[in-house]
Amino acid sequence: MKNRRPNSGLSRAVNWNNIQDPVDLEVWNRLVSNFWVPERVPLTNDLPSWDLLAPQEQETMLRVFTGLTLLDTIQATVGAIALIPDALTPHEEAVYTNIAFMESVHAKSYSSVFSTLCSSVDIERAFLWSETNEHLQEKARIVLRHYNGSSPGKRKIASTLLESYLFYSGFFLPMRWASERKLPNTADLVRLIIRDEAVHGYYIGYKFQKLFQTLDRSERSELHGFCLELLGDLHRNEMLYSAQLYDECGLTGEVEPFLKYNANKALMNLGFDPIFDSDETAVDPAVLAALSPRMEENHDFFSGVGSSYQIATSIPTNDADWDF
Amino acid sequence: MANLVYFSNVSENTRRFVEKLAIPSERIPIHGVLNRVKPRMPFLLITPTYGSGEPRSAVPRQVMRFLNEQFNRSALRGVIAAGNASFGASYGLAGDVIGAKCDVPVLYRFELAGLPTDVARVEQGFARFQLIAEES
Repeated sequence: MKNRRPNSGLSRAVNWNNIQDPVDLEVWNRLVSNFWVPERVPLTNDLPSWDLLAPQEQETMLRVFTGLTLLDTIQATVGAIALIPDALTPHEEAVYTNIAFMESVHAKSYSSVFSTLCSSVDIERAFLWSETNEHLQEKARIVLRHYNGSSPGKRKIASTLLESYLFYSGFFLPMRWASERKLPNTADLVRLIIRDEAVHGYYIGYKFQKLFQTLDRSERSELHGFCLELLGDLHRNEMLYSAQLYDECGLTGEVEPFLKYNANKALMNLGFDPIFDSDETAVDPAVLAALSPRMEENHDFFSGVGSSYQIATSIPTNDADWDF
Repeated sequence: MANLVYFSNVSENTRRFVEKLAIPSERIPIHGVLNRVKPRMPFLLITPTYGSGEPRSAVPRQVMRFLNEQFNRSALRGVIAAGNASFGASYGLAGDVIGAKCDVPVLYRFELAGLPTDVARVEQGFARFQLIAEES
């Protein structure tokens, strides 16, 4: 049902009035209703908080965010696009183009944080760091190998692990700091990114499960083995990467359970059992609370768009409304 | 006799969780005839959370239709909500919405297909629920 019939030479237009998989439309709608741009988050309000950070902390944040920018860049320009030829429906192709664009919004949003808070010299230095950091480059190399490989199943596994796991060594820092009231608006921006990545991971994982159902037992067990092995390789690299980022702030020990917690969720998105139990995924409750703030603990509503911001709905008034 | 009713969508996460429980259960179908699901009284409900974070869309419509039956609603004693903490404030929101609408407690929350610890906690909680249900 792709946009080109094999061997016919004819192109096909995507018809949203003929849906083969309702999940395509559901996820499209969800992504559209989640759409946001960094300009709507009042990042300048973080300037006083930024000035209170130690120079070492500022440098750590810059490095963490350039690392995240690199992953978003890869997902936007290679990862999501590479899934298009494997798509089973034309609507699935369209969803990947939406995901690709949103990853570019994410990548650009880190630059908004930088330009609001940091000097251009510091920004340049951090980008140089990301280009020369061996562990960051290694994680890019590992996923790119499978993005450019010949197996649609492995491509989806690598993509889901990036969406639902690889970002979290970076997301950890703004969530940790949000729990200490540091850079609250930057944290709100990151929460919007986390929400988007959760939908992406869910969708790519779901499409992986559809593919998985068509495979025989030996193909399934090969892909499951591949997934666990890839996760193991990435996790070893993530621990080295995290140590480089966080040793000086003394946060490295806290990152590991957070990574395992998210590794479980990546596996579950793919339809596999989690491999770490709660004793290994005991994330600091303050970090979890920062990840998932309840509505009533809202940010300053009047200052702008936070992750729990909602556009108001209106209803027409009638005479009874005015009968005091 | 107590019972357990659940809904699971195409991601099948809630089904994977429920299948790990040593508890007989019944699934609200994704498509097809709803009135085949006949919960035994009283029962608990496990449901995933949907949508864009608005309470209006948090409860899967199959679960809504199931709870629109007066008998089902009156026999419901508690709800367990699945979700994803990455959705922030709307994590497990379906549980809160059903809890408020049907005036039952939200007994537990877990993410996606749950961890072994979640399975153990729900089994323990369910055993206590069954004891109380048999006494009353």
